[in-house]
Amino acid sequence: MITFIIRRLIAAMFLLVVVSMVIFAIFFLLPKLGGQTNYQLATQYVGRNPTRAAVLQMEAQLGLDKPVYQQYWDYLRAIVAGEHYGTGVNSAYCPPPCFGYSFKNQQPVWPMLVSALPVTVSLAFGAAVLWLSFGIAIGVVSALKRGSVIDRLSMTIALAGVSLPIFFTGLVSLVLFSYKWPIFPNVQFVPLTQNPASWAKNLVLPWVTLAFLYAALYARLTRAGMLETMGEDYIRTARAKGLPERMVIYKHGLRAALTPIVTIFGLDLGLLLGGALLTEFTFTLHGLGLFTLEAVQNQDFPEIMGVVMLASFFIVIANLVVDVVYAVLDPRVRY
Amino acid sequence: MAPLLEVRDLRIHFPTDDGLVKSVDGVSFSVDRGRTLGIVGESGSGKSVTSLGIMGLHGGTKARITGEIRLDGEELAHADPARVRELRGAKMAMIFQDPLSSLHPFYKVGDQIAEAYRIHHRKATGKQARQRAIDMLARVGIPQPAVRVADYPHQFSGGMRQRVMIAMALCNDPELLIADEPTTALDVTVQAQILDLISELQAEFGSAVIIITHDLGVVAQIADDILVMYAGRPAEYGAAADIFDRPGHPYTWGLLASMPRLDRERQSRLVPIPGTPPSLIRVPPGCPFHPRCRYTGATGGRCQTEVPVLSEPMTPGHAAACHLTVAQRAREWAALSAGQVPPGAGEPDSREPVPQGGVET
Repeated sequence: MITFIIRRLIAAMFLLVVVSMVIFAIFFLLPKLGGQTNYQLATQYVGRNPTRAAVLQMEAQLGLDKPVYQQYWDYLRAIVAGEHYGTGVNSAYCPPPCFGYSFKNQQPVWPMLVSALPVTVSLAFGAAVLWLSFGIAIGVVSALKRGSVIDRLSMTIALAGVSLPIFFTGLVSLVLFSYKWPIFPNVQFVPLTQNPASWAKNLVLPWVTLAFLYAALYARLTRAGMLETMGEDYIRTARAKGLPERMVIYKHGLRAALTPIVTIFGLDLGLLLGGALLTEFTFTLHGLGLFTLEAVQNQDFPEIMGVVMLASFFIVIANLVVDVVYAVLDPRVRY
Repeated sequence: MAPLLEVRDLRIHFPTDDGLVKSVDGVSFSVDRGRTLGIVGESGSGKSVTSLGIMGLHGGTKARITGEIRLDGEELAHADPARVRELRGAKMAMIFQDPLSSLHPFYKVGDQIAEAYRIHHRKATGKQARQRAIDMLARVGIPQPAVRVADYPHQFSGGMRQRVMIAMALCNDPELLIADEPTTALDVTVQAQILDLISELQAEFGSAVIIITHDLGVVAQIADDILVMYAGRPAEYGAAADIFDRPGHPYTWGLLASMPRLDRERQSRLVPIPGTPPSLIRVPPGCPFHPRCRYTGATGGRCQTEVPVLSEPMTPGHAAACHLTVAQRAREWAALSAGQVPPGAGEPDSREPVPQGGVET
């Protein structure tokens, strides 16, 4: 098991390097292949109507005149060692870990990511707690009361949940509970360390909005899983042993039905940690999702690269964790 | 003294959108301690439904159960489900066809056995239950039980898994053991070992055993009495020796004649039963077997109209549900066992088509 984890960690590092190469190539190699000159590339980093001297200076400062592999190496080295950009008045220092320097915002990318991260993490984990508890509970009840009013009602709501986009449910919740009945007015992010009560109160609407979508998905998954599991032979065996129905359902049924859901949960959470774009946008929470959106709108390549690297990191780690957890949950899986 | 298990006129019906499925329709039998009953029939003949009914495992389905199931004098068919649950796994236990899918894949076999023990021995500690699991594994012939107790079902071979199932079923010393096709999923060499193990344990514990199978070879090896079921109804019931020597129902003849035997000449052909089992929603009128029976001409149309009852025209305690007279049966069986092929065998079946779509149990 330990060797498996180490092996997977090495593979994960390798995967992250490949991801960084691909992103780097998209931003710095493809435009060249497409016929853009270094001068044109550098122009994007200087203000409107730039002087030729300013553009050339930027070109040198960014190292755009160097070969692409050299630029990539500099990028990797900066992550470990930090980087000085330019000289004199225009110089800027980017301390390690330096995931690029945003010339548009005149600051290194990494601190910006670090400040956006708590917002996304708070949002994702809070919503995850909600959707797991509600989704699984509703799914189990629906499966056990299959065809009942409860089942039909919850599956109808679940269908609405998976169908309605976040910007719709989010806006409706804002209109109702922030404006019409101001139970949660002026939703904004307050760090947990600063004021836990305020942190939670401000995040209630985003949590519920995000969790509604996922709870609906998980309720349907759990219901399907439970229906399948409860028809298995080993459930009949559990009953034949004389176990009370409660034990049959939870110890034997749910235990088996939840295993695949753990996998999906890990991947969903990993994906969300890279930014819950729609939710963050709807509630104007400055997390990684909104950061990405702004970076793309500003065509701020270092920022985009930084956030993509971070998101890939979460997904790769989530995959690793899921594989390990799955091996623990299902004894048939061994490495 | 009354037999340990007595089943009287058991009927188990399932209402479905297509109609009422009469999976079991008027079955009676009894098993005493130390005896083995073999219930034989094709898929969909109601044998598994019967056994699940005895165990009270139709709860939660729409099954309608009538008739009587008496275990040691206690009525179970209409008893409080909580009471039946107390007896289940304790006084009566069951093993199933496929030991791989019947064991929970995520729990160690020792924990699964210990769980079965502890649910009926509330005062037992975890350590005692574990020791019980090890003892039971040793008893059913699993090598190194103290090590294997911590293994998962997928780490066992098919035969060993069925031994684990048996250990689990017997860990509370049940007085009734129901084995539903216990050897079907196993290799032939392993089959004999499992059957031997069941007989051996039965002799040791003095329990009553019901073996459910479609394999007459299995019942020949192990059963004292045999119940042949067809379309949810009893076709023939009696001592195993009587049924193998003087079978009194054309369906039993069909089962026997379609079984390869080494004591016959190679040239003698296997005689299959034509057609397929009937739908349990539209059971044929009269004798349910008549569309597949070769002897319906001899009874003057009674087979098509009149449901035959189990009667004992031949030997006391040996009953068959057939309209043929004793003389006719003796003559036909003598001809069949002499290796003669019955009229119409092997030719295309020109009779009325048999309704398809039997319910798989």
